[in-house]
Amino acid sequence: MLPMDSAKKISFNRCISDGDLVIVYERHDTMKAVKVCENSVLQNRFGVFKHSDWIGKPFGSKVFSNKGGFVYLLAPTPELWTLVLSHRTQILYIADISFVIMYLEVVPGCLVLESGTGSGSLTTSLARAVAPTGHVYTFDFHEQRAASAREDFERTGITNLVTVRVRDIQGEGFPDEFSGLADSVFLDLPQPWLAIPSARNMLKQDGTLCSFSPCIEQVQRSCETLRSDFTDIRTFEILLRTYEVREWKMDHSKSDDGDSVACPPCKRRQPSSEASAGDKASSPAVMARPSAETRGHTGYLTFARRKCVS
Amino acid sequence: MSGSKPESVPVPNPRVTWEGCSVLLDINDGDRLVFARLSSGSTLKIGNKTCSLQPLIGCPFGSLFQVESGKEKPYLSRFVPPTEENNVQDEGGLQLQEESRDNRALIDNNQAQSLTGEDIDAMRRQGATGDEIVEALVANSATFEKKTQFSQEKYRLKKQKKYAPRVLLRRPFSRSICEAYFKKYPVRIGFLRVDALSLLLSMANVTANSDVLVVDMVGGIVTGAVAERLGGTGTVCSTYLGGTPYSIEIIRMFNFSNEICKRILRCSFNDLCSVQNEMGEQVNQHEDVCTMESQSNEKASVSVSTEDFHLSSKNGGADLVPENELSTSSKTCKAPKAGEKAPKEAIQSWKENGFSSLIIAAPEQDAWSLVKDLLPLLTYSAPFAIYHQYLQPLATCMHNLQLEKMAIGLQISEPWLREYQVLPSRTHPCMQMSGTGGYILSGTRLCTNTSQP
Repeated sequence: MLPMDSAKKISFNRCISDGDLVIVYERHDTMKAVKVCENSVLQNRFGVFKHSDWIGKPFGSKVFSNKGGFVYLLAPTPELWTLVLSHRTQILYIADISFVIMYLEVVPGCLVLESGTGSGSLTTSLARAVAPTGHVYTFDFHEQRAASAREDFERTGITNLVTVRVRDIQGEGFPDEFSGLADSVFLDLPQPWLAIPSARNMLKQDGTLCSFSPCIEQVQRSCETLRSDFTDIRTFEILLRTYEVREWKMDHSKSDDGDSVACPPCKRRQPSSEASAGDKASSPAVMARPSAETRGHTGYLTFARRKCVS
Repeated sequence: MSGSKPESVPVPNPRVTWEGCSVLLDINDGDRLVFARLSSGSTLKIGNKTCSLQPLIGCPFGSLFQVESGKEKPYLSRFVPPTEENNVQDEGGLQLQEESRDNRALIDNNQAQSLTGEDIDAMRRQGATGDEIVEALVANSATFEKKTQFSQEKYRLKKQKKYAPRVLLRRPFSRSICEAYFKKYPVRIGFLRVDALSLLLSMANVTANSDVLVVDMVGGIVTGAVAERLGGTGTVCSTYLGGTPYSIEIIRMFNFSNEICKRILRCSFNDLCSVQNEMGEQVNQHEDVCTMESQSNEKASVSVSTEDFHLSSKNGGADLVPENELSTSSKTCKAPKAGEKAPKEAIQSWKENGFSSLIIAAPEQDAWSLVKDLLPLLTYSAPFAIYHQYLQPLATCMHNLQLEKMAIGLQISEPWLREYQVLPSRTHPCMQMSGTGGYILSGTRLCTNTSQP
């Protein structure tokens, strides 16, 4: 997924080959990660797709099934991966992920600690940010979940950047071997305040911490714990509003009966009727409006820096 | 341009300052932000006092300093905040008590404080520290005891800021630089808020070893943020229309190593497109532009600034400071040069392989006209992200991309960012927030040369 190996980096000359991970794109909300295997097929509502047809085509190609249906084959990115990974836990999405990485000041070469691993959505983006020389150590107390995450990182080819370990960070804290070495620590735990003293010990001075919590009570308690050894404690909430775009035929003509003047709110609905398309006074215009349904809350992001005392 | 050896990357962003390094000074908890370059001669003006920045050299980033009056002149001294372990306990205990005080007895007649300005000056002459003055003000306030605990805290903080201002030494990162500009000079970065910037970097999949094409008409904040993520690998190509590259002066604020600066290249759109046809000719033609350019770079790196952002409300009136005023003051060390003209090998490689990401932040340009020309330079399946402070140009651009079937996974997103005050029994969203951080159109380029099976 990450261009660590220049031969595998996407380019005009890079074609899909046996063993590649591709994202099969049906629609913006229907995608699937598939490992290309010469003798294998993909079956979906559009028909049967032979992997052998894909090999040798560039990423971003449109490919057809036996029935003439089509999908697109995309090169995997952490953003696409977040949309296709199997949800073993609640995951972090792009807005929170982007903000966390920017606010934690994660740059190439950083050592980052994360707990819990969960489904590895954030982990993948953290790996992208610390590459090529940094490393992410991620901890989860759930053995099976850690194993699945390890398999996923194997699949996405980021194992040289990520190490998954099984450990109860709330109960035991982070391993001492990282003491004073971490540039950043990320906590997504039910009781983050229990892990904060250990996180403090792991961090370099002026190192950054982020705790993600869905509930304000968790934030309240974490902030109280943070106050003793941390500074610059700030809590945020970030959401993304998405927009729908379509072309309207705007009706500029004044109705003879004065209707449009009498009830302006109705004008908004009028253009949607296809009947008005032929109107002599209408002109096409591209318009945007917020999508009707949207995520209302993900979690609060609390950031802090370890106090600098020496 | 690929194949950079990871082992050649130096340790990024040292955590201790050095002579000549760029720093962001955060005065009184974000009230004022100042970009400065540390040298024995550089100074900082706080109120009517001028302090040397010399004591900040060799200190870890994140250190806090307090202005002390000093015998001859005021100076900055390292301030180590007390561990608040006990305070926190006390505070928690107090919080549990019902607050019985309120503001019914407060009368605004300006007679609550019995210390006069002369008294305070006298204290200063006798060498009282800022903290001592604050304590004296508290002791001589007739109303302090009647205030609620919350408003007592506020009172102390206000006086501390005035009589014992604190300076936090921040490491300039794209985060802190973007926030500083957004707070005071949003126009210069096209109103690009830090969360929108973070989304651009994610949506365009910027990572080590990528070749990122940017149109940066926002002062260089995007080019800098991309270079930071590349960490001295890959390349970022800042392209421009016409003969003059856009200013990327904000890059000077980052403490980029030479390794990182080398990866920041500039190339005109014409050169990017025409390289295939008549390469030799093109390169010659633009030789003069190239020299001009490097001269302007030279100039830019000499005029190292102490860029001053007053954020307190009383200074808030002073809007955009003219360019020449900003690039005055210290004539110290040069920042390493970034933004060289792209060598023809690099242009050739981009042409052959395509860029792996595209970011456009051009508030003055029509998104669609740029995208339709730039998208072909992007490799198949590569992601792109286009920022605009207005929605409409992106909506039109998205519509056209759909019609032309040039891209997939198209989405317009608008980030919404709210900060919270979190205090015992007083947690709520902050009273003021930024209303908009701009809009982003993101998508993935499709392969356009697929022959049907």
